[in-house]
Amino acid sequence: MQASEQPIRVLVAKPGLDGHDRGAKVVAAALRDAGMEVIYGGLHQTADRIVEMAIQEDVDAVGLSILSGAHMTLFPKVRALLSEAGGGHILLTGGGIIPQEDMDALAEQGVGRLFGPGTTLQQLVDYIRDEVSNRRAAARS
Amino acid sequence: MTTVDRVTNASFEAWKAAYDRARQRDVPFETVSSAPVLPLTTPADLSGTDADAEIGLPGQFPYTRGPYASMYRTRLWTMRQFAGFGTSIDTNKRYHYLLDHGQTGLSVAFDLPTLMGYDSDHPRSEGEVGKCGVAIASLADMETLFDGIPLSDVTTSMTINSPAAIIWAMYLVTAQKQGTKLDQLGGTTQNDILKEYTAQKEFIFPPAPSMRLVIDTMEFATKHTPRWHPVSVSGYHIREAGSTAAQELAFTLADGFAYVVAAIERGLDVDSFAPRLSFFFNSHVDFFEEIAKFRAARRVYAKRMRDKYGAKNERSLMLRFHTQTAGCSLTAQQPLNNIVRTTWEALAGVLGGTQSLHTNSMDETLALPTEHAAKVALRTQQLIAYESGVANTIDPLAGSYFIEDLTNKMEASANEIFDQIDEHGGVVPAIEKGWFQREIAAAAYHYQRELDAGQQIIVGVNKFVEQGDDTKLDTLFIGPEAEREQLERLAKVRRERSQGAVDGALERIRTDAASSVNMMPAFMQASEAYCTLGEMIDVLRDEFGTYTEAPAF
Repeated sequence: MQASEQPIRVLVAKPGLDGHDRGAKVVAAALRDAGMEVIYGGLHQTADRIVEMAIQEDVDAVGLSILSGAHMTLFPKVRALLSEAGGGHILLTGGGIIPQEDMDALAEQGVGRLFGPGTTLQQLVDYIRDEVSNRRAAARS
Repeated sequence: MTTVDRVTNASFEAWKAAYDRARQRDVPFETVSSAPVLPLTTPADLSGTDADAEIGLPGQFPYTRGPYASMYRTRLWTMRQFAGFGTSIDTNKRYHYLLDHGQTGLSVAFDLPTLMGYDSDHPRSEGEVGKCGVAIASLADMETLFDGIPLSDVTTSMTINSPAAIIWAMYLVTAQKQGTKLDQLGGTTQNDILKEYTAQKEFIFPPAPSMRLVIDTMEFATKHTPRWHPVSVSGYHIREAGSTAAQELAFTLADGFAYVVAAIERGLDVDSFAPRLSFFFNSHVDFFEEIAKFRAARRVYAKRMRDKYGAKNERSLMLRFHTQTAGCSLTAQQPLNNIVRTTWEALAGVLGGTQSLHTNSMDETLALPTEHAAKVALRTQQLIAYESGVANTIDPLAGSYFIEDLTNKMEASANEIFDQIDEHGGVVPAIEKGWFQREIAAAAYHYQRELDAGQQIIVGVNKFVEQGDDTKLDTLFIGPEAEREQLERLAKVRRERSQGAVDGALERIRTDAASSVNMMPAFMQASEAYCTLGEMIDVLRDEFGTYTEAPAF
């Protein structure tokens, strides 16, 4: 089954005003090197623009990097807009400076796993691969 | 060096044979910047170094050993903890707390809307107000921020870049309203736009008008605020974005020289402004590499300023810098270890001769620091200053074969990188081609892959990992009420000010922006009229246009 799978498409973006893009770029390069098709959305994107790109590019997952403390506003907003735009199946994940309590609260709102400092690139690759293949399998059944 | 004769070839060969016979640990012996490290340095490694010319004495060209003759024997470095969160009321309380605990200078962290020139009530500010710094939308917020703090007595550093000229204007007006004369004011505006394009990415306008604003502040400072440092040329963010130590050094100095050239082109005499330029470096975990970087920075700068830019005043040749320990070296895992990392990073800054220092708090990979964590960070500096004994003598590591060799290597790397920048046509063309951005991203990715492969070690992350580490730190929580209060404060300002004065001041900004006059007086007039930051920036956005970066990784 794995062999016939389409490559996983991921949008990596920086929402809001935060410009710290080291993490986003490192993750984008790692996902690319793991064989995924990566669309790097660049800096200072609004939630609307991120969702528009995700739908246009027909991605399986959206990864947001937020180090500014605005995660409790931005993740739910992107999640809601994605679902409204017919992207309910798209995995929304990400990382940054996000306290555990906030990660838990966001998980309850339908946001996927969020990763903090110290995460290995392999953990991210494995998570996205597993989660996307589960979602694809669910969509087929 | 005369000592070179003491190591004979025979004894060196004997050592080398013994070394080669010994078992060596199976680790890459390299710095955190992936630079190889020799097992031993000897006088032979310094045989080409003229110690008098290259190392010299403190307070003397090329200032390798320090900018001042007496260094910490006269005055310790300024302990300057960067702080800001919530509203100006919240941050004002933190400043009083830090000053009461022996902090000797203030350092303002602004929130992202302020850094990007949006008012707190702009739609793009939603969720970001007061989160990673203090919200300053108008003079009213600035007045509250320094309430009860006489600006004639403290020095203030402000980490602000794209809107720096306007925020500085608000500060100047606040000081005047306190009864302080402009020529009494001491402090620093970061105001380093070039590294925003390369690393921190908080840019608004294209490079040319941004540079014009920087030079406006330099020109104004030269005439009116002789104790103010209008630009703090910053490598900190370049390093945090993932560069190596040598890249941090070279990119930062190259940015500094770009301001020097632009100010000379404005018609300023290099010796009229260069004494007020200052620098800001990162202190990362690789102890000796960092010390060498600081020492090399002074030497490279002094030589270029004299030989290439024609500076004659010795104060124009002395590089003075602020240091902050490396935020990117801190871990969310086993966070108490961060106190220890920060301690030796701070020590490297002190042994490198820093003029001021910020030590990070243990909880900064989780949130902005709590009061308790910020106090431990400040105490770390006080322990180094008053207990370790390192401040008793000047540049104690000078003459170490290893340190001097590393310092030479840093200088050589910086010169090589300057040549590469020149090949791209200079700093601004290299920014526009995305060259710096690609170099930094490549270094960051290289490091992360070494980390994942176990070639770089971070305790608690890829070695000595504890499953279910239950160290829980209390973290600072900035709730939605800060944003709500700030919106109320801003609405009140808009209600109570004179609309006529606001319109007139904004019109003057438009006229001045379209001409080539110095914009500082217009920004001060608008600040006094309680124009908001966003209103002023919007006029400039109209006149100057905005900058977007081509996304690439």
